[in-house]
Amino acid sequence: MTVLLLVIPIALALGTLGLAAFLWALRSGQYDDIEGAEYRVLNDD
Amino acid sequence: MCCTDMALAYVEAHASWSEANTRPSLGRDYAAFVAKMPDRSSRAEFAVEGVRCAACMTAIERGLAPLPGVASARLNFSDRRLAVTWKAEAAPDVPAVLAALNALGYAAQPFAPDRLADAEAAETKRLIRALAVAGFASMNVMLLAISVWAGSVSDMTPENRDLFHWIQALIALPAAAYAGRPFYEGAFRGLRAGRVTMDFPITLGVVLTLVMSVVESVSGATHAYFDGAVMLLFFLLIGRVLDQTMRRRTRACAENLAALRSERATLADTNGGLRDVPLAELVPGARILVRPGERVPADGLVEHGISELDHSLVTGETAAVMVRGGDRVFAGALNGSGALTVTVTAAAGASLLDEVEGLMRRALEARSRALVLADRATRLYVPLVHAAAALTLVGWLAAGAGWHAGLVDAVAVLIVTCPCALGLAIPAVQVVTAGALFREGVLLNDGTGLERFAQVDTVVFDKTGTLTLPEPVLTAGTFDPKALATAARLALSSRHPMATALAATAGGSEPFPCAEEAAGLGVRAQVDGVELRLGSARFCGAEAEAAAALAADPEASVICFRAGDGAPVAFPVRQGLRPDAAEVVAGLATLGHRVLILSGDRAAAVEAVARRLGVAEWEAGLAPQDKIARIEDLQRAGRRVLMVGDGLNDAPALATAHASLSPVTAAHVSQAAADALFLGRGLTPVLSVLTMGRRARRLMLQNLWFSAVYNVLAVPLAAFGLLTPLIAALAMSGSSLVVTANALRARSGAAGTPAEAVGRPPVAAPVPSAA
Repeated sequence: MTVLLLVIPIALALGTLGLAAFLWALRSGQYDDIEGAEYRVLNDD
Repeated sequence: MCCTDMALAYVEAHASWSEANTRPSLGRDYAAFVAKMPDRSSRAEFAVEGVRCAACMTAIERGLAPLPGVASARLNFSDRRLAVTWKAEAAPDVPAVLAALNALGYAAQPFAPDRLADAEAAETKRLIRALAVAGFASMNVMLLAISVWAGSVSDMTPENRDLFHWIQALIALPAAAYAGRPFYEGAFRGLRAGRVTMDFPITLGVVLTLVMSVVESVSGATHAYFDGAVMLLFFLLIGRVLDQTMRRRTRACAENLAALRSERATLADTNGGLRDVPLAELVPGARILVRPGERVPADGLVEHGISELDHSLVTGETAAVMVRGGDRVFAGALNGSGALTVTVTAAAGASLLDEVEGLMRRALEARSRALVLADRATRLYVPLVHAAAALTLVGWLAAGAGWHAGLVDAVAVLIVTCPCALGLAIPAVQVVTAGALFREGVLLNDGTGLERFAQVDTVVFDKTGTLTLPEPVLTAGTFDPKALATAARLALSSRHPMATALAATAGGSEPFPCAEEAAGLGVRAQVDGVELRLGSARFCGAEAEAAAALAADPEASVICFRAGDGAPVAFPVRQGLRPDAAEVVAGLATLGHRVLILSGDRAAAVEAVARRLGVAEWEAGLAPQDKIARIEDLQRAGRRVLMVGDGLNDAPALATAHASLSPVTAAHVSQAAADALFLGRGLTPVLSVLTMGRRARRLMLQNLWFSAVYNVLAVPLAAFGLLTPLIAALAMSGSSLVVTANALRARSGAAGTPAEAVGRPPVAAPVPSAA
């Protein structure tokens, strides 16, 4: 079962990475304009 | 979609406001709207009207980028706001941005978000962050918890199980400490104020669950409930975030509307200069200029100038009142044909607005003491659940099971009864219903208003601006078509609200180039050597015709027209009924509601409207205090009153009534007092609010009953020690899903007109302003 010592930290690290990414996105205002984002995707510039 | 477009299409129809939007800008002082950023750049926000699609967004952002000094322009499509940032070295040029937007075809107004909104935005972000942390923690803890559950029926060693419990603790403890803060703080605030709110059992449940789980992990027990604690926080935070988002959306819309109505005053400097300032900058003693067609921005004394004021938004009185030097004027009155210079008076308890606000405060305090469903549920829930937990402990001790087993089962009772479903039951229904009402053109100010709408059995209408449309229209009748066409064309040059009614019939014709306004009298023009006059009866020498027209229609006001020495014509003008007023009143009667009209206007005018709508109970000439007294009488007699009104004089009545509704054209104070605002020219929202309120209340009650049944089943299970973490997790998430799914039923098939009809009212011909 020593593999758990490797796998669990990896799983948690990946999860934390996801959480950090979400918090960063929230802080940088990517959720401020959810309706606008769907149109901005189509902009060329 | 944001409400602003719908609302503005309607507001546009109101000459007085659209005029304020289109009037040539003075040397305006925009300093109040520009914020200095820490990196020395400047930033301003604009509420933009008319943004409908992605192309608008690109056009605005690209169109503003080349302006000198502009570092960035970004349009927030969700709330129709544009943020412009200027480079550090450049002076912020707000008028250039406005001009550029205007050239692109968008009306915009600079916008100063208030501190309250900033605090709300910060709170929303905090809740979302807490939700993210709780979501992360519950996923990972659940991953480990399921391994333990699976392991306990297979071959997991106790060492591995303990390790998994400790890893769960490592994730759950910090996560709960962070994500639970909104609840801990709420519970603490409540306790300090001597109240037990729903936050208290949540806090108690979460803390006890975590403590017990840690203790169990230390002693190497089979069960730990870390997953239950964080999952509980996750579900409850969903409810909070939904609730907060609904509040913010309504507030953002209201702020945009306020900005686009450009509520500001023209300040007259001592050296004769004119400057536009936001209302907040007006101080007592300031001299302001009120031009024809504008609303008086603040209470004051007339310094000089003569004009007639339309007080319909202040008192409900439709007949114009003459004011001259030394007279008192009230905020919200619509100026007629003359320019007035007004000295703003001290606001200390003397103004009409203060009086109204005093009455309103008292009424709102009384209303906030009324218990809403959520409070009543808390009052029942907290003692019952805590008694059940205490009883479990005492029962096990009496049965000789020892402290440890007794405490574990008592805490299990608290875990399984933790108000997941209860915390979602009401906010979820409120949010879904608010969304459905939003599509019907109703903005909900207060989620708890829904329950009160459901209980209404009596509907009280104000007349002016509520049953009738706020803008006057020409009364149907036979007029000399040539005189009407000429008068309408001449009316295009006037800003007088009565002239706008006439101008609306002008079709596509051009205003007379030589028309000039005669202050306080009317407008005149020399056409082919003939002097055309439009205005008061005296100005046109038409006293006899005016008196005859008034005798025929006591509700109307008269605007007169005369070409040269020809016979003068009197055009009766009055506020028309909303197109569906009669059907709505009939519909209310069919539903068994008692309908009354309480108005501040003249008896003759009110009687005519009441007769046409078939309303038997009406009263006229009521002061704000009288309206409150009538409504209180009704409520003492056991009626639940819905007040529908728009005037400043209605605000206290709106606050006194059990529930209240205002058109979006209402006075500021009334909008703040009402539970909901409706857009559009129809009155149908009154019906839809009542039906949707009923349905929402029914769904809330269903959800509460479901939670009760769930608890009745779950408590014995926990009390007898049969609750494993697996069952607790299933029960908690299952009950949350059921109440959420039930709440979603509030979305379908709302009564009333389709949103398109409400959102795109027929817009009256815009009134070009005279140069």
